[in-house]
Amino acid sequence: MSTPSFGSDELAQFRRTFFEECTELLADLEERLGALAAYSSDVEGLNAIFRAVHSVKAGAGAFGYTVLVGFAHRFEALLDRLRDGKAELDERTLAALVAAADVFSALVDLARQGETPADDFGADVAEELSALLKGETQTTAPIRPTASAPEAPPVDRSYRIVFRPNAELFRHANEPLYLIRELKALGTLTIDCDLARLPAFEAFNVDDAYLGWTMTLRADCSPAAIAEVFEFVDDECELIIEEIADAQAEPEVVAPPPAAEAEATNSPSESKSSETKPADAKTAGKTGSISSIRVDLYRVDRLVNMVGELVIAQAMLAQQFIETRKQDDPGALQGFEHLAGLTRELQECVMAIRMQPVKSVFSRMPRLVRDVGHKTGKDVRLEMSGEQTEVDKTVIEELADPLTHMIRNAVDHGIEDADTRLAAGKPAGGVIRLSAQHAGSNILIHVEDDGAGLDRDRLLAKAIDKGIVPASAKLSAEEIDELIFSPGFSTAAAVTDVSGRGVGMDVVRRNVQALGGRVQVVSTPGKGTRFTLVIPLTLAVLDGMVVAVGWEKYILPLTSIVESFRPGRGQIRVVPGGGEVVSIRGEFVRLIHLARVFGVSEAVSDPCQGLVVLIELANGSKLGVVVDELIGQQQVVIKSLQDNYDPVPGISGATILGNGRVALIVDIEELTRLHDRSARAVDTTRLPIAANA
Amino acid sequence: MAEPQDLPNTGPDAAAAQARQFISFRVGDDEFAIDIMAVREIKGWTETTVLPNQQDYMLGVLNLRGTIVPIFDLRCRFGLGLTTATRSHVVIIVAIGGRLLGLLVDAVSDILTVNAADIRPVPDVDQPIDNAFLAGIIPVGDSMVVLLSLENLFANHGPANAAIAA
Repeated sequence: MSTPSFGSDELAQFRRTFFEECTELLADLEERLGALAAYSSDVEGLNAIFRAVHSVKAGAGAFGYTVLVGFAHRFEALLDRLRDGKAELDERTLAALVAAADVFSALVDLARQGETPADDFGADVAEELSALLKGETQTTAPIRPTASAPEAPPVDRSYRIVFRPNAELFRHANEPLYLIRELKALGTLTIDCDLARLPAFEAFNVDDAYLGWTMTLRADCSPAAIAEVFEFVDDECELIIEEIADAQAEPEVVAPPPAAEAEATNSPSESKSSETKPADAKTAGKTGSISSIRVDLYRVDRLVNMVGELVIAQAMLAQQFIETRKQDDPGALQGFEHLAGLTRELQECVMAIRMQPVKSVFSRMPRLVRDVGHKTGKDVRLEMSGEQTEVDKTVIEELADPLTHMIRNAVDHGIEDADTRLAAGKPAGGVIRLSAQHAGSNILIHVEDDGAGLDRDRLLAKAIDKGIVPASAKLSAEEIDELIFSPGFSTAAAVTDVSGRGVGMDVVRRNVQALGGRVQVVSTPGKGTRFTLVIPLTLAVLDGMVVAVGWEKYILPLTSIVESFRPGRGQIRVVPGGGEVVSIRGEFVRLIHLARVFGVSEAVSDPCQGLVVLIELANGSKLGVVVDELIGQQQVVIKSLQDNYDPVPGISGATILGNGRVALIVDIEELTRLHDRSARAVDTTRLPIAANA
Repeated sequence: MAEPQDLPNTGPDAAAAQARQFISFRVGDDEFAIDIMAVREIKGWTETTVLPNQQDYMLGVLNLRGTIVPIFDLRCRFGLGLTTATRSHVVIIVAIGGRLLGLLVDAVSDILTVNAADIRPVPDVDQPIDNAFLAGIIPVGDSMVVLLSLENLFANHGPANAAIAA
């Protein structure tokens, strides 16, 4: 059933996806059929074919390809019987299956091209399927001629057929249009549509069947042959078949497309949808058949790598040229610039291959909210925006878990129950907003609820209780909020089966960090809580700041850099224990000398001679990294060190600079731990400092 | 300890006829050899990027056409001091257990074709180089070439059961 809330763009998109899937499913079906012919009675193969047919049928139903659905239904029924062992897989059945597969894929093709198949398209095969279904032991001639040609048979009989489907007809994947077409194939059919059961618009349920039909059939057949048409629906409808004496049927009447019932929501005259549908399908068909291909991710990765190499090689070449030729050849210089432009563009194109809208993850969330809301007895609405924001495929896959945790938490812990909300002067129903947007080379994802906000008193009490912070610690509101990312925290007064025991948020932070991202929380008591995920768009490239330390160059991730400055003498203090801090705007920030941590010689050791790069860590605290100088900002292709070597503490990866040399990417988060080890400091160093400040 | 585990001369005659090829190279005054099948390429020394806080024989990493390859100083690995690498020094890129790594040596000498049966076990004598690094001795004319066990040399830096016999 088509849902009116989708725009035509989206519908066309869905349709394209459907046909892509059809192509795959049909290929699979073909393959399985081949295997079936070779090895016979392979139940798994039959199951797979059944699934393929069923999947196509389900999609076809959604887009209103009624003939396809009808045929699929028969196909499926026969497969089902074979699966259950109620029918035997003999030569004849196999031939019928193969013929059916051909018709099936031809029907899909027609639907893709937006053409309506001829009424008797594949009728012979359909007939054969029905025959097999009934277990008719017809010998030879696997293809029976259709109730032989429209040439008026000598003795025509007239029947009155009243067919009133039960409301749930559609839910069992039945389609009256097909039945009517089948009847039409028997002879001359006159149809009257009965709209009497059509309810008022408000009461209309798109899943229900409301129409009924009274038909007059002039044909040379027995009542049994007519009953056979309704074989699959006879327990789901009211059916009267009676012979009438006077034969005065109209020669030809167009059957109203019953599948249009869903759209009839808007106007009971079904003509509208039958006009628009083929047009839509046609546009989809034009672009749909070749608009996308599926490619092994490995190949894309190789392409990404090769283009990365190309970018580096191009940069090296240009650099060497400029150094040696002293720019005395403007033509060649221009050529290099052109090449540089092209390589950049090529890189962007290749990166774009891996990009996908976050929608695939977002779309799972409404259901989650509904389920959790239902379980906790809360009325929660989810508002989403920016679903089309694109991000690297690998990032998308890693987003699902953190988002699920956060949304679940928001419903379970964030949103209060209805009474509390009403008492606080809020509407009874809570709202969770999930949004995505681009910010530079990052994607920002907000998860925001309008609940009670974090209960800081309880957070702090619990943290002290669990020994996460010392009882004497004085924490700022932000620092208390941060505590929810500590391992083993539960914020709900009662542990529920929904959010478990508070293992959520530290896992979220770990997952997000593994992606090179950060997660922050802002909470306003009584107003709600907002989580922000900042995640790089891709794991393949990184916006970095190249810094020099002694002879070495390191890359610091640009996203975590706040600023850089050369401190004055008075800004540097040594705290008891030997650690250095720099005071900036009244805040004391711990200093880490990259040269000391990494053991680089010939580096600047006095921060006042070098530079301090101020960095914000994932937990919101700051850190000053002492380097010799900044070389410049650069987008770098991330290379793994661990392909050929062991993990190096403090280094998250490597890249290749324009001169062909390897530069190491600094793992900021780990840096603090490295430093801690050497300076005998404890993880809570920043807390007393913050308290003093 | 110096038992040559993978060498065919511990096996029956069938293996004896098997000829194997080795690349021999010089570190200081000594000749060493490794299985040619493990060698991916041989290149001149270029400056590496030093990794922080590593063993001193770990010289850092190189860019080998886009792949980051760690480089090791063989002399230093033997405990004979750091090599002062120049452009005339050679890096042999080898594959061990699915990983690539480079060995800094003084010079590459030859390709040796040796019958497996001719490879002698290492006598358990007192010597500066740890016996575990040595897999056998190949007699060449009057002198000899020491066959190295790559997986033992870099046991800390590769899968324990590297499949390549050196």
